[in-house]
Amino acid sequence: MATANATALVMEARGLVKRYGHVTALDHSDFELRSGEILAVIGDNGAGKSTLIKALSGALVPDEGEIRLDGQVVHFRTPMDARRAGIETVYQDLAVAPALSIAENLFLGRELRRAGVLGSVFRMLDKKRMREDSTSHMRELRIEIGSTGQAVETLSGGQRQGVAVARSAAFARHVVIMDEPTAALGVKQSSMVLDLIRRVRDRGLSVVLISHDMPHVFEIADRIHVARLGKRIAVLNPPKISMSDTVALMTGALTPDQIPPDALA
Amino acid sequence: MLKIPPFVAAAPLGRRLTARDDNQGLRALGKVGPLIALVAACVIFATRSDRFLTGDNLSIVLQQVMVVGVIAIGQTLVILTAGVDLSCGTVMALGAIVMTKLAAELGVSVPLAIAVGVGATTLFGLLNGLLVTRINLPPFIVTLGTLNIAFAITQLYSNAQTVTDLPEAMNALGGTFSVGGTTVVYGVVVMLALYALTAFVLRETAAGRHVYAVGNNPEAARLTGIATPRVILAVYVLAGVLYGIAALLSVARTGVGDPNAGQTENLDAITAVVLGGTSLFGGRGTVLGSLVGALIVGVFRNGLTLMGVPSVYQILITGILVILAVATDQLSRRGAR
Repeated sequence: MATANATALVMEARGLVKRYGHVTALDHSDFELRSGEILAVIGDNGAGKSTLIKALSGALVPDEGEIRLDGQVVHFRTPMDARRAGIETVYQDLAVAPALSIAENLFLGRELRRAGVLGSVFRMLDKKRMREDSTSHMRELRIEIGSTGQAVETLSGGQRQGVAVARSAAFARHVVIMDEPTAALGVKQSSMVLDLIRRVRDRGLSVVLISHDMPHVFEIADRIHVARLGKRIAVLNPPKISMSDTVALMTGALTPDQIPPDALA
Repeated sequence: MLKIPPFVAAAPLGRRLTARDDNQGLRALGKVGPLIALVAACVIFATRSDRFLTGDNLSIVLQQVMVVGVIAIGQTLVILTAGVDLSCGTVMALGAIVMTKLAAELGVSVPLAIAVGVGATTLFGLLNGLLVTRINLPPFIVTLGTLNIAFAITQLYSNAQTVTDLPEAMNALGGTFSVGGTTVVYGVVVMLALYALTAFVLRETAAGRHVYAVGNNPEAARLTGIATPRVILAVYVLAGVLYGIAALLSVARTGVGDPNAGQTENLDAITAVVLGGTSLFGGRGTVLGSLVGALIVGVFRNGLTLMGVPSVYQILITGILVILAVATDQLSRRGAR
């Protein structure tokens, strides 16, 4: 599968295994992410997709297998390791501090300090620059909000998710991983976030999108990674395969060899 | 993730992601409300008693709140991380006994005695912080335990006797100077300086903003790479240092080391923080609010005393104020999360 393609791989995993006691959550799973694509990762509950994503984002350490970033083998022990390597993760709805402002959330854990003595001795934050940078960054991604000084809790759900995505896009150098970014959102807000994900890709980042929502997946994914029973069973080319066949693959009603070859990517 | 303070009755926590915030008015009230309450109380007492608004009387109010005021700074830091410290006043009493015993009975030099006393309260802060962060015990239970431990150690070490005949230098912060005919106690200046310093750190530095982030959404803070346990541990240790300074102020104010001191401060400090608009759910509030909260309690006690109202009514009114403050906090949160 997914061979003979000249497109460079940004991230690659081979033979990932993760066991929890008697349960094998990942069973020699492979993963390939190309440069500048949106790769959807789908799978039924228990297919191992969240374990796979956790391994890629440093939230857990796999028992076996290797992960390569730009061809180099990497060993992520914590999410911070992955972040330092240029991989940012957007979590469903836990990623923002509602009482803090948009600018504070964008720079949380990576605050800018003032120049000179005020910054080095008095540790003063450069609030003005963080607000300005946030404003221009949000504008660039066309996320409409009033002022970046306002608290995140005053925003709608879609805008909050926009803040979380914007933060990842601002700091990611290679990969943005998004875990169910539209799960808690209404129709209009979902399409806003999907547009935003496209813009993130168009800025040259590679996006991994975990989603249960097949219409969303088919709307924006360039390729679809199907996980089943801890393995990657197929990588699909969305225009060439129907949504119902995809779901059938996911649930095991169809096997990959029953799929027309041109539907595989 | 929401952490519900165990001593707050479980209230419905609306979690509508898509809802716009329609409680901004109430939240704004939560911010300026304490100040309005303080000014209103001052106006009322000024019309009821000629003596209330004199410089000397206001100076007395400040003296009366300086100990609980400094404890409330530590308490604010802890509550901002969605914790609580029930042991604050008792730990302060331990610090006061340690420093006075060393100085008065063992002939240790005053600066060293003070340092050891502050060291003792800091150790208790460290113990609270380690139990909360390493063993993941709820702060309420941890500090309930250390409250009793600190109380017992204080009684044993002092034989339940008040320590008297302190060296003069021990009471230095109880000394006064005069500003335009009004006497000001040095300890009050220390308290105000500590408030200014803490407000600066909380507002203007990354460390300060991380305290808010950890209290507001610990999971988000952790995922952005903030060392959440380290922030929480630091907050308890700093609170311990502040209780040590409060102990020194208490000794300077009363001129003795009292093993039974601090028992009203345990809850008064929490009262001041809550009246000042800091949320018991963590992540919201200001340390200057706690100063206002401490002053509200101080002004009510002082004003009602001047009016000749029996002290039991002061306690009654404090209780009502606390419930009003927490209710405002709770209502402003409904639907906003």
